[in-house]
Amino acid sequence: MKAFANLFTALDETTKTNAKVEALVAYFRAVPPEDAVWAMHFLIGRRPRRLIETRKLVEWATAEAQVPDWIFADSYAAVGDLAETIALLLPAPSESSSLPLHYWIEERLLPLRHWPDDVRQAALLSAWREMDEAQRFVWNKLITGEFRVGVSQSLVVRAIAEVSGLSTEVIAHRLMGDWQPNPAFYETLLSKDTDDTDSSRPYPFFLAYPMEEEVTALGKPEDWLVEWKWDGIRSQVIRRKWNTYIWSRGEELVTERFPELQALGAMLPEGTVIDGEILPWKDGLPLPFSQMQRRIGRKVLGPKILADVPVILLAYDLMEWQGVDIRESPLEERRALLTDLVASLQHTGRIRLSEPVAFCTWEELSALRSLSRERRVEGFMLKRMGSPYRTGRRRGDWWKWKIEPYSVDCVLTYAQPGHGRRASVFTDYTFGIWKDGELVTFAKAYSGLTDAEINRVDAWIKRNTLERFGPVRRVKPELVFELAFEGIQQSSRHKSGLAVRFPRIARWREDKPAAEADSIETILGLLCSK
Amino acid sequence: MFESRAPLLKTDPSGLFCEAGQFHIDPWLPVDRALITHGHSDHARRGSSAYLCTAACAPILRARLGEDIVLQTLPYGERLNLNGVTVSFHPAGHVLGSAQIRVEFQGEVWVVSGDYKTVADPTATAFEPVRCHTFITESTFGLPIYRWPSQESVMQSIHDWWRANQAHGRASVIFSYPLGKSQRILAALDPVLGPIFCHGAVEKMNGIYREAGISLPQTLHAVEQPRGYDWSKALIIAPPSAQGSTWMKKFGPHSDGMASGWMRIRGTRRRRSMDRGFVLSDHADWPGLLHAIRETGAQTVLPTHGYRAPLVRWLTERSLEARPLETRFEGEAGGEAESE
Repeated sequence: MKAFANLFTALDETTKTNAKVEALVAYFRAVPPEDAVWAMHFLIGRRPRRLIETRKLVEWATAEAQVPDWIFADSYAAVGDLAETIALLLPAPSESSSLPLHYWIEERLLPLRHWPDDVRQAALLSAWREMDEAQRFVWNKLITGEFRVGVSQSLVVRAIAEVSGLSTEVIAHRLMGDWQPNPAFYETLLSKDTDDTDSSRPYPFFLAYPMEEEVTALGKPEDWLVEWKWDGIRSQVIRRKWNTYIWSRGEELVTERFPELQALGAMLPEGTVIDGEILPWKDGLPLPFSQMQRRIGRKVLGPKILADVPVILLAYDLMEWQGVDIRESPLEERRALLTDLVASLQHTGRIRLSEPVAFCTWEELSALRSLSRERRVEGFMLKRMGSPYRTGRRRGDWWKWKIEPYSVDCVLTYAQPGHGRRASVFTDYTFGIWKDGELVTFAKAYSGLTDAEINRVDAWIKRNTLERFGPVRRVKPELVFELAFEGIQQSSRHKSGLAVRFPRIARWREDKPAAEADSIETILGLLCSK
Repeated sequence: MFESRAPLLKTDPSGLFCEAGQFHIDPWLPVDRALITHGHSDHARRGSSAYLCTAACAPILRARLGEDIVLQTLPYGERLNLNGVTVSFHPAGHVLGSAQIRVEFQGEVWVVSGDYKTVADPTATAFEPVRCHTFITESTFGLPIYRWPSQESVMQSIHDWWRANQAHGRASVIFSYPLGKSQRILAALDPVLGPIFCHGAVEKMNGIYREAGISLPQTLHAVEQPRGYDWSKALIIAPPSAQGSTWMKKFGPHSDGMASGWMRIRGTRRRRSMDRGFVLSDHADWPGLLHAIRETGAQTVLPTHGYRAPLVRWLTERSLEARPLETRFEGEAGGEAESE
């Protein structure tokens, strides 16, 4: 645990990727497989779910620290992180532990879920008493299900590749899918033998970067396959050994959520893997994503929701065909196989091909792009002819070319401090728009300003507070910000009657007085023009 | 017994004012007579007609406010009568020459703590508790999350980091307040490890400390090195304002760290985007504040700066009379109070 806490500190202390990889490699070389596999499991984000309810954790920590509840609350407001607040408030440890990570996880952490409260409390207190501050912090993060560290999966992959002497592609693929953090898996991961037997294992997704230049810089239009960019759940449908597996991009196995696609899977030939988008689809058109959200949230899918929000797979690419990994074949070949496959399954009504967009010149394509909203898509995907199916987010062969977001000028009305890096700085803002001469709350947004701007807005908020409600401050309605967002819908849950998707701050309109911010009528206009 | 009387000290537009004695303590606007607790810029402001401070503080004040200021000094513990009000200065342990100011009038005693710390520091005379009826205490770090690690452990991590940087061929830059914190670090550094350089603002204060008989290792002004000098073995001490400035470019590859009590919080460390945060403060931590308050025996406590509200509530729940004292230097966490 000490070594893992030290690794966490080392990763946390630097923003330089080489230093992070160096620290990871040193750690993986130093610890036994049973520790390394747990560390890797956590570092790539496979953290356990919350093991103890926050309320109980706070109650036990407050008692152990011998402080009143309000001190805990004030401290939490200053720190902005529950696990850290507890680590900072607990009394100094009474003993120290050099027990390894796998012991702490398997014998002390995971069993917490099953024990009765008094045993959990005693177990937790004795753990805290054996740990220094850095260990407690990591431990608390694991207990609260919030363990995150500043390394991407690709850095962990790089480190493991270096330790094993294998390529990053092989390691990335082996880390996909459903595996258990035990030493046997770790040995398979590092093994030179490349025969993979796990039939459920998905391939790493190829992800696109946003376009950075004018589209004309891409060269000849005929060198590119253009598809509409759909807004659903990017997924991989796998058919192997009489089983169907559906993986989301977040590497979650979501097979059970989509009975329609399980039925589709049964129709696929053995050894097929399709990359596509799961979309709610009715009467030849996609439904708004909010309909999909209705469905995702449910544990049990009744006949009504299945009838209201049916899904289809919109097929993008073919990764495996007749049991062979064809990701290295050129795009045209994969698409030709996919086109035939989809045609043969058309009758199921569960699958459609993501049709190529027909165009001759870039100007023509630009004009088509303006039809995106009508078609309920987010813009285009551009894929280079002849390109292989790559791993992870790469520049060059695939680009996404999204439509311009909606934008509205709103007035800052409330602010509260952020969390983590932004604790004790006002970074979480509520924005209002004009309705009958008053400001009504329209959206909240957290991101989009530079650090320098945040500091200026923060200082302004401290000087222009009208009222305080706990951590929230009502401020003079003076500052105007341009908000960008992707979608807009009527909603009975919001005071303004509107709900927006992915709101963020596009810029600070220092040139505009509050009176000139947008009104609800302007925004209703956007809704109609959709 | 003093309820009916006007308070001995109260804030007026210029700062903390003693009406009976006709003087201000650490005023933020120019006044006739200013008593100064210590030389930090949020306590010692320009423009007053006459200043009074401790002997050790005087050269700092002259260096910062001008050689021509009208300045009188008073040794620690010695009493002075101002309009029938007795004032005296007592060590606050914050920086060289820092003082708490005791104010006595008709049997009533108030103490203004200024900034203070209760842990040992060879570069500042140790804090002495002074008995009083009313204690105006700083509360910059008025929450129990602020508990300082020992100076030895902090210095060890600074030394380890310096050695690791040398091994990786990069310079080590510590950002710290030029008056006080920098000299405290210097006095505790192991000069055997490598050359130590200081920014001009730090070097200026080093001179005053050495004059006062404080022993510091050899340091060099960082501008005096020729082009092409190899900085990879060096440790450089600079004020936080130098972060990201062109002044930093000459050092080439380097790792930077900040020495401050605020570094106790991970979010603050990350927001400053420093490689390292060293938890070293010249202010009292939570146990230090509570200890100091208890030692004064004061029945009325007026916390000022930083986390006032939690300290006020804590003391009120323990049957002391406590109210927050407003100042112009607000110092919400991470804001102005970073100028420790």
